Amino acid sequence: MKKPFAITLDPGSSLANHTGSWRTSKPVYLDRLPPCNNRCPAGEDIQGWLFHAESGDYEAAWRHLTRDNPFAAIMGRVCYHTCESVCNRAQIDAPVGINSVERFLGDEAIKRGWSFTPPSTESGKKVLVVGAGPSGMSAAYHLRRLGHAVTVMDAGPFMGGMMRFGIPKYRLPRDVLDAEMQRIVAMGVTVKLNSKVDNILDSMRAGAFDAAFLAVGAHIGKRAAIPAGDAAKIVDAISVLRSMEGEDKPMLGRRVVVYGGGNTAVDVARTVKRMGGEPIIVYRRTRDKAPAHDFEIEEALQEGVMIKWLSTIKQAGEHQITVEKMALDDKGFPQPTGEFETLEADSVVLALGQDVDLGLLNGVPGLEVADGVVKVGANMMTGHAGIFAGGDMVPAERNVTVAVGHGKKAARHIDAWLRGASYTAPPKHELAQFEKLNTWYYSDAPKTVRPMLDIIRRQSSFEEVQGGLDESNALFEARRCLSCGNCFECDNCYGVCPDNAVIKLGPGKRFEFNYDYCKGCGVCVAECPCGAIKMEAEEL
Amino acid sequence: MSDLQPVKFYQTGTFTVGNRLLAPEERSVQANMQRTNSLNSGHRACQGCGEALGARYAIDAAMNATNRQLIAANATGCLEVFSTPYPETSWQIPWIHSLFGNAAAVATGLSAAMKVKGKKDVRVVAQGGDGGTTDIGFGCLSGMFERNDDVLYICYDNEAYMNTGVQRSSATPPAARTATTMPLGSEPGAPFGQGKFVPAIAMAHEIPYVATATVADLRDLEAKVTKAMSFRGARYIHILVPCPLGWGTASHDTIRMARLAKETGMFPVFEAEYGELKSALAIRRQLPVEEYLRPQKRFAHLFGKTPAVETIARIQAQADKNIRRYGLMAKEAAL
Ligand SMILES: Cc1cc2nc3c(=O)[nH]c(=O)nc-3n(C[C@H](O)[C@H](O)[C@H](O)COP(=O)(O)OP(=O)(O)OC[C@H]3O[C@@H](n4cnc5c(N)ncnc54)[C@H](O)[C@@H]3O)c2cc1C
Ligand SMILES: Cc1ncc(C[n+]2csc(CCOP(=O)(O)OP(=O)(O)O)c2C)c(N)n1
Ligand code: SF4
Ligand code: SF4
Ligand SMILES: [Mg+2]
Repeated sequence: MKKPFAITLDPGSSLANHTGSWRTSKPVYLDRLPPCNNRCPAGEDIQGWLFHAESGDYEAAWRHLTRDNPFAAIMGRVCYHTCESVCNRAQIDAPVGINSVERFLGDEAIKRGWSFTPPSTESGKKVLVVGAGPSGMSAAYHLRRLGHAVTVMDAGPFMGGMMRFGIPKYRLPRDVLDAEMQRIVAMGVTVKLNSKVDNILDSMRAGAFDAAFLAVGAHIGKRAAIPAGDAAKIVDAISVLRSMEGEDKPMLGRRVVVYGGGNTAVDVARTVKRMGGEPIIVYRRTRDKAPAHDFEIEEALQEGVMIKWLSTIKQAGEHQITVEKMALDDKGFPQPTGEFETLEADSVVLALGQDVDLGLLNGVPGLEVADGVVKVGANMMTGHAGIFAGGDMVPAERNVTVAVGHGKKAARHIDAWLRGASYTAPPKHELAQFEKLNTWYYSDAPKTVRPMLDIIRRQSSFEEVQGGLDESNALFEARRCLSCGNCFECDNCYGVCPDNAVIKLGPGKRFEFNYDYCKGCGVCVAECPCGAIKMEAEEL
Repeated sequence: MSDLQPVKFYQTGTFTVGNRLLAPEERSVQANMQRTNSLNSGHRACQGCGEALGARYAIDAAMNATNRQLIAANATGCLEVFSTPYPETSWQIPWIHSLFGNAAAVATGLSAAMKVKGKKDVRVVAQGGDGGTTDIGFGCLSGMFERNDDVLYICYDNEAYMNTGVQRSSATPPAARTATTMPLGSEPGAPFGQGKFVPAIAMAHEIPYVATATVADLRDLEAKVTKAMSFRGARYIHILVPCPLGWGTASHDTIRMARLAKETGMFPVFEAEYGELKSALAIRRQLPVEEYLRPQKRFAHLFGKTPAVETIARIQAQADKNIRRYGLMAKEAAL
């Protein structure tokens, strides 16, 4: 090159000097598993969908979310969001309001009429799903996406299972539930209502099904032996809640005693309150031992539900009951004290848990039942080849999200099984613990709170208690996410390298190392906010 | 808590180099795929060198601010030696080296020449280490200030003569050990009550613009270089650039050290116009000076079996003085 006067060297000629040879260890990009994803019972890629929500692309966010769980709007209302309890942001200020953003996306999808795309090819296989609750409908959705012909049979008159006949509408409005159920039907899933399956093998044979997924839930209310006079009115919680969905509302009288300490007891009591009754929950242990979530107990108390802790019902009469006070022994178990009290009670509602009706499985060979639930393998298959099961009828935590997760997992295994193969989940990435983050780089941003319905309307109507976030709040909340373990293109590595050894590939394409010049100083690793780079020893 | 919160919140705000949520014109020069890379790959600086990083940050920003019409004069020191061992150079801009102590004078000459040639758009920077600036080049520098020559002088302060093996300069902080300070005795390291803070001296010349910066606050550094380029006359920017070799820190800790210097108040980050303090970068999460001193081997003697509590307290007092003098706790850091 002919150089101008007094210029002696070519610009940037140091590129001939490959300083990468100095390196003893090298940085590599990786995706780590965010703790929220790791915890989600439905296996959602939370960080992944928040990433789209952060830029305001709510449709992309919703589509990403629904790869794993078709029920964003339902989840945003009834999921117990254990993801938030492990969110890394909790260690900075407060966890990301994952559940509230999920609800926003779900509501946005309903508002904008987003739908699922039917499969492009048909597998030619037929799968029967029994039960149109969250588990059954989740399985139907995933099976349909994989190209299978799916028929769902449900004994009841509507889709939704316990989400309709258990969870009251002040927590889950029915138009929301219907919208998310109908969206699955619209993919080409056949749903037969009022069609109880009495014998699974008969039904499979009759419809020439290649496989079945059972998700019949747990609907038989457990009874307790309470000595009761003839005139005492004793009913079970599930029937009360179910009748709320029909024409004939339950007749329980004014003073209603609800017996039990779980979420069902709380839901019944809050329902009674809304119908103008005076509910009183009687539970034999203490508040901290109650299986109901504390926030639900708190909301019930706010609404004026009375709770008698450490009490058991000894006897029920026509307009009153006798309770015995309990005391905790040194192991924390309630023991009778011999102290009695009389309470006014027009009826007693038993909310003591539910059993599974396994009638449809009579005579199915190979099946194993223990503690009233059906055993399944890691692939969700029962002891009978081709019959899979999930949700409340199998041994697991009983909630909507677990049920949805079972549906997805079962669908993948059914799909493989139909092809004579077996499904292996991809290996989990290493966890993105808090220590892997450089939190200096995140703005301070306290959590957004969701509005609550005023107390008067909560006591007298079935309007939804918890409101949603508006667009700007949801965007704010999404942007509180730290993107744990996954590159969010903040350009830090590209900027902080003293050797220009990071190549920026452009929006959405992330970065690459130029190992010709990377000296292995590790500044990029230290300054990556989200822990998406690690050092690896160089083989020398 | 109100349920309405500021909408203009961008996850990492401007703390990170880039931010996909910001409009392109609001992003940093370093985030740009077309940045100049004025100091290109292949240079021979140590692993994790803060000076190499600071120089690219500053000169890329100056190139951006001047529409790439820029000439640099460089004093002898690491920056010159690691970037330009004949027959190679990492510089991608017109660049000249002459001596250890005369970068300011060379730049004055360049600026005068451009004026004579009528090239008003061609701007001149001079750059050097703390030794070249606060010690041997100080006379030329003060002259350049006093004449208000149209030059931006950038000092990359790594707090010692690093290129020749870590000798003390007038910018070496008290108690820091170097090759030429007391190795043993009751008070090892650089003495208290000596040295100088050139940004304050530059302010005393009442030149148009004086600023300090660190490699830990890129957006602030870029803004200052850009602002400096909007003035004519003498300007001075003093950038703290941690040196893993001379400070005895891990190569990956370079930016962290600069951040700690700022967050402890050890290094005040501010700007001044015509001799008057205009603004200071507030401390975001204040920390005791120990946090800054402990990771550095040059201060290891303070943390022996019996920690040098008194010496650490004297250093803390200096940081407290900076905080008072420059108003470093003025307000909560912005988003
Ligand atoms: C009052 C109450 C409140 C709850 N609140 C929450 C909550 O807030 N959040 C949460 O996560 N979980 C909650 N749960 C738990 C949650 O509802 C269940 O865990 C979940 O619905 C289980 O889903 P599933 O699909 O297994 O069964 P289900 O939802 O029970 O659905 C089973 C379906 O199968 C049908 N079926 C049964 N037998 C047959 C048959 N033989 N043939 C055809 N169809 C049949 C039923 O009609 C029903 O539609 C609550 C439960 C109750 C009772
Ligand atoms: C007149 C003169 N004296 C001594 C030297 C040797 N020398 C070269 S670089 C240097 C130290 C540079 O220190 P500093 O300016 O702080 O820059 P750094 O290397 O620390 O970046 C010295 C003493 C020289 N080149 N010229
Ligand atoms: S900060 Fe984001 S990615 Fe990390 S745990 Fe919380 S929601 Fe998940
Ligand atoms: S001695 Fe210090 S300033 Fe010089 S190249 Fe090495 S790290 Fe950079
Ligand atoms: Mg130096």
